Amino acid sequence: MPKIKPPARSPHIDMTPMVDLFSVLLIFLLLTASFRPQEATVITSPNSISEKQAPDKDIMTIIINKDGKIFYNLDNGKDSAKHTRMDVLTKMGDQYNIKFTPKQLNDFSHQASFGMPMVDIRKWLNAKDSKEKEALQIGIPTDSVGTQPSELFYWVRFSRLSNPYAEVAIKGDGEANYKKVKMIMDMLQENKVNKFNLVTNMEKQEVTLKDVPK
Amino acid sequence: MAEIIEQEKGKKGGKRRPKKQSTRIDMTPMVDLMCLLITFFMLTTAFSKPKVMVITMPEKKLNTDKPPEIPAWRTLNILLTDNDVVYYYVGNADPRKPPLPALVKSDFSKDGIRKVLLEKNKDLFVQIVTFKDKRHSGKLVVADTTADQQIKKMKKDDQKGPIVLIKADEKAKYKDVVDIIDEMAICNIASYAIVDITPVELGMLKTAPK
Repeated sequence: MPKIKPPARSPHIDMTPMVDLFSVLLIFLLLTASFRPQEATVITSPNSISEKQAPDKDIMTIIINKDGKIFYNLDNGKDSAKHTRMDVLTKMGDQYNIKFTPKQLNDFSHQASFGMPMVDIRKWLNAKDSKEKEALQIGIPTDSVGTQPSELFYWVRFSRLSNPYAEVAIKGDGEANYKKVKMIMDMLQENKVNKFNLVTNMEKQEVTLKDVPK
Repeated sequence: MAEIIEQEKGKKGGKRRPKKQSTRIDMTPMVDLMCLLITFFMLTTAFSKPKVMVITMPEKKLNTDKPPEIPAWRTLNILLTDNDVVYYYVGNADPRKPPLPALVKSDFSKDGIRKVLLEKNKDLFVQIVTFKDKRHSGKLVVADTTADQQIKKMKKDDQKGPIVLIKADEKAKYKDVVDIIDEMAICNIASYAIVDITPVELGMLKTAPK
């Protein structure tokens, strides 16, 4: 008997379904993407079992990096018409006698975390180069000068004045010294903030009844 | 790379048909591009949002009220210092009433400080875990908020569990403090507070077992 040969088939695969799928995925990712803002410093948060999500609006974050440098970040608030960041910077400018141009204010409202003394903030806003910007990030001063509270104190105070709903989060690096964190907490308590959100990574820990010592 | 089937030309006569072109387009470059884009978006999207742990500190009072009396046997003092070491002692260290309690060394492992905390907080822990298990297995159906309230009430009514005082010295790392607060959450400790370390305790740390 003669063998039945299968008819020669084209080696081409129809890619249309694949393309469809990819398109759907791509559109999904595009729509849900919330880009990581460029942070001023790298933080390795400690772990905890907490499952509460960090709010992404109405929050001011004090960032403490490994070397104990302090950075600060605040958002524009739920009501985007209010321009909280601009407002806070203007108030800070009034406090330290620094004038900002509208362009600088506008630039500031689009930035993420920052950490430099008030004297350098205009330089930082004008800097074009990201390297130049990074060199200016030397941390926000936390020492009070005489009776004058520290710059960070004013940042927190004016942020709370501009956005009364804002909560305070502390995002510390696990390796940071507790002394620094304690100082920040004391400073916050002076600002009448008694509830802190400590930013952590989630880590599952299973403890069951079996673990209870008899 | 679009596929074009070439037609034989040169046939004279007959009707001139329009060139028959295949409608199939090679999609490989498109797929390549999409793969790239998807990878890019996947990598730049922040999927896992950071979590927060909430702690509430007591308000700093300017007038020095008498601090609430705590029975000594319920107080568990946890001292944190460098090298991820935890020391603890029960009761209070009062230099006027010697001898000072001895420090016990422990660590953050599963059999370390957690065992101590669970042992002390046995009743409340069992109560809360059985309650949660019941909810999990479906024997008990209550709303989340109600369950939270009930757990809160259990914690509030607890009269036997320890009152943990967390004290960190200057060498301690932030991670240690977060870890110990986390232990409190894991062990369902009803009342704990972060307080300043006293000079007496600093002295005790110096002579503590290494």
